[in-house]
Amino acid sequence: MSSPRRVALVGNPNTGKTTLFNALTGFRAKVGNYAGVTVERKSGPLKGGTIPAEIIDLPGTYSLSARSADEMVAVDVLLGHRSEDPTPPDLVLVVLDASNLERNLFLATQIFETGLPCALVLNMMDMAETNGISIDTAELERRLSVRVFPVVASKGTGLDALRQFICSDNAALARSPQRVVFPEAFDSATTSLGEALTAAGVAARDTTPFLLRRALLEVGGMAEQRMRTQGGDKAAAAIDGARATLQQAGHRLVSLEAKARYASIRGVLDGVVKIPEGRRETTSDRIDRVLIHPVWGVVVFMALMLVVFQAIYSWSAPFMDLIDGCFGWLSEQVTANMSEGPLASFLADGVIAGVGGVVIFLPQIIILFLFISILEDCGYMARAAFLADRLLSRLGLSGRSFIPMLSSFACAIPGVMATRTIEDPRDRLTTIMVAPLMSCSARLPVYALMIGAFIPAYSIGGVLGLQGLVLFAMYLVGPAVAIPVALLLRRSLLKGPKPTFLMELPPYRRPNWKQVGFRLLERAGAFLKRAGTVIFAVSVVVWAATYYPRPAAVAESIEARYAERIAAAEGDTAEELTAERDRAIEGAYLRQSILGRMGSAIEPLVRPLGWDWRIGMAVIASFPAREVVVSTLGIIFDVGSDADEESDALRDRLVAAQWADGSPIFTIPVAVSIMVFFALCAQCAATLAIIRRETNSWRWPIFAFVYMTTLAWIGALLVYQVGTLIAG
Amino acid sequence: MKLSQMAIGQKGLITDLQGDSALIQRLLELGLTDGETVEVVRFAPLGDPMEIRVRGYYLSLRRVEANAIVVEPQA
Ligand SMILES: Nc1nc2c(ncn2[C@@H]2O[C@H](COP(=O)(O)OP(=O)(O)O)[C@@H](O)[C@H]2O)c(=O)[nH]1
Repeated sequence: MSSPRRVALVGNPNTGKTTLFNALTGFRAKVGNYAGVTVERKSGPLKGGTIPAEIIDLPGTYSLSARSADEMVAVDVLLGHRSEDPTPPDLVLVVLDASNLERNLFLATQIFETGLPCALVLNMMDMAETNGISIDTAELERRLSVRVFPVVASKGTGLDALRQFICSDNAALARSPQRVVFPEAFDSATTSLGEALTAAGVAARDTTPFLLRRALLEVGGMAEQRMRTQGGDKAAAAIDGARATLQQAGHRLVSLEAKARYASIRGVLDGVVKIPEGRRETTSDRIDRVLIHPVWGVVVFMALMLVVFQAIYSWSAPFMDLIDGCFGWLSEQVTANMSEGPLASFLADGVIAGVGGVVIFLPQIIILFLFISILEDCGYMARAAFLADRLLSRLGLSGRSFIPMLSSFACAIPGVMATRTIEDPRDRLTTIMVAPLMSCSARLPVYALMIGAFIPAYSIGGVLGLQGLVLFAMYLVGPAVAIPVALLLRRSLLKGPKPTFLMELPPYRRPNWKQVGFRLLERAGAFLKRAGTVIFAVSVVVWAATYYPRPAAVAESIEARYAERIAAAEGDTAEELTAERDRAIEGAYLRQSILGRMGSAIEPLVRPLGWDWRIGMAVIASFPAREVVVSTLGIIFDVGSDADEESDALRDRLVAAQWADGSPIFTIPVAVSIMVFFALCAQCAATLAIIRRETNSWRWPIFAFVYMTTLAWIGALLVYQVGTLIAG
Repeated sequence: MKLSQMAIGQKGLITDLQGDSALIQRLLELGLTDGETVEVVRFAPLGDPMEIRVRGYYLSLRRVEANAIVVEPQA
């Protein structure tokens, strides 16, 4: 059997490429990475086709003169320059927003010139219709000599014809002969440049008319570099010479391409597209009048965020109780049906307590992702960037950093990955460095436990709960600290000019529930996978480090101490003494376990934060993933009894935990100091690994870890010391 | 007049682009070519960035970027 037909989806950002990709593949994406760069490669088999075909979703781009890493990949794939896609695609589908054809066709005309088989997909025909735009697709087809498919990707309209075409024999031959008319001087300059480069020894595949044009137009661009490496000084001289000739003929290199293309596009669209005269006020305009209003816009934004965080706390409660009950039951079964010893302890205290303690936060994570997905899908995110740009630009960032940072509230990993859309490398690095400061979902378990146990459930005016407010405040810690950090970075390590902020504001759209649901499943799945792998592994290691070594002598000496008193006592007193003895034994084992010794070793370091060695121990154990601290606290304060997190039992045990002098360990300042520590620290191996991958060096993840841990320690210290002063 | 100096609702004809060539190239690709009409839609709450309408779509850009765009205001 021949290999599947490779079909690439190309288009401007926000044209519905992802929606089309999901519709064509039936949500069966295979996600990988392009080697060497950090751009996702998303592909999937065509569903419902008559021949096997692979759909490849390329990063959105406005032009083939690539500047960001994302755009570079799109161009490389089209030219067959990447090892993952070593030959050009068999068919290129250019996805266009039907209500914005003029600008979208700019990219299309560039793609025509690559000489690749292609077709146009006019997406969002429904929106065009709503806006009163009519498009004569048959005439457009005739003028461009290329197939044009009007579709509504979100509803699946028009996709059958597209599928048939993808599988037909015509697809492989569908080249558009349409050429933009460039000034004559430019055409002759490209021709003579081609001859000069061939003489200089540049391979024929790198001197196609398309690449020659790109080399002339893009100073320092990809095409020029390829030619220079192959043809050396001669090639460089030829390119410089051709540019000089053009300039002498009175052509401005920067504007030459855009002028020629847009003039040609005007001609093509004249009579094809009818746009209603005058500007009608659309629904989007009306919504924007409120949502980007100088006052209301900010009020709505803050209110929205407050609702989101309150919802995370209150909506999730019944589901969390349910999960809690399940793990509690499991743990009970183990304790009831297995004889005491390492295996039962391993299952109940290690596996079930560890994994259960993390899975319980799934409902909260789903609620957060739900909100983010909806806001993303309906177009509000771009408005948020617009609103926030002024503030962020003061920090040397841009509104574009806003989306990665907001996503980091769910998880820093997608947040750091989302920085790929930031063109300016310094801007991007700064965003990567501060994104992990945002309170991700893994902090939520820590907040939830501490707030649930130590913050009283007052309600203020019967509406706002104090617990919800404290949670909201914890989410403000990250941004508040990110501001000075970003400012400092932009003035020291990452000094440089301000990046630009050109961003399209797409019209508001009804969220596509299928899409939202799909993304939700994807992210929830990723979280569970993490819980099932990293966190499972860590739970096992942590359990072992708290269980071993276990010399019998420890228990024997304590038993000997109690033996006489228990023998002398009667009834209830004897039982109490036995229980006390057992707790003493567990405590002694814990203190001399591997982790206990590590905790004791760092106790001097954490004492100023109000912590005892057990908390220090939990912090060490949670290096790989923050949320592990909850299960670790569960294991540490819970060894030997039936265990599950979030349960009132764990809260009660934390409340009951005492210093040697009998005073409680966990006071409100200690609980807040722990929360602040976890708000600021870099206890997440996966994030550090992603930073390493995205920046291609160990320098940045190490830097992030060191600065965040230092800040976390200082923050926790301040909170505890000031808190005790006030409370005392 | 610079685009950044126009008032909300005002329309202008682009007559020139001046400044950093990377910025100019991006603006051109986005369709801000000589002779095009642009309309100022609004300014963000803090006065920056601004939203404009060009070639039938909405674009947000900062004042410093809008400074690169020279326009002739229309009645
Ligand atoms: N009305 C309408 N909305 C669509 C259509 N296709 C996609 N969308 C929406 O447009 C937005 C952007 O789509 P997406 O696929 O993420 O665009 P991408 O950035 O090109 O991948 C989402 O809110 C989609 O639900 C369509 O045909 N009609």
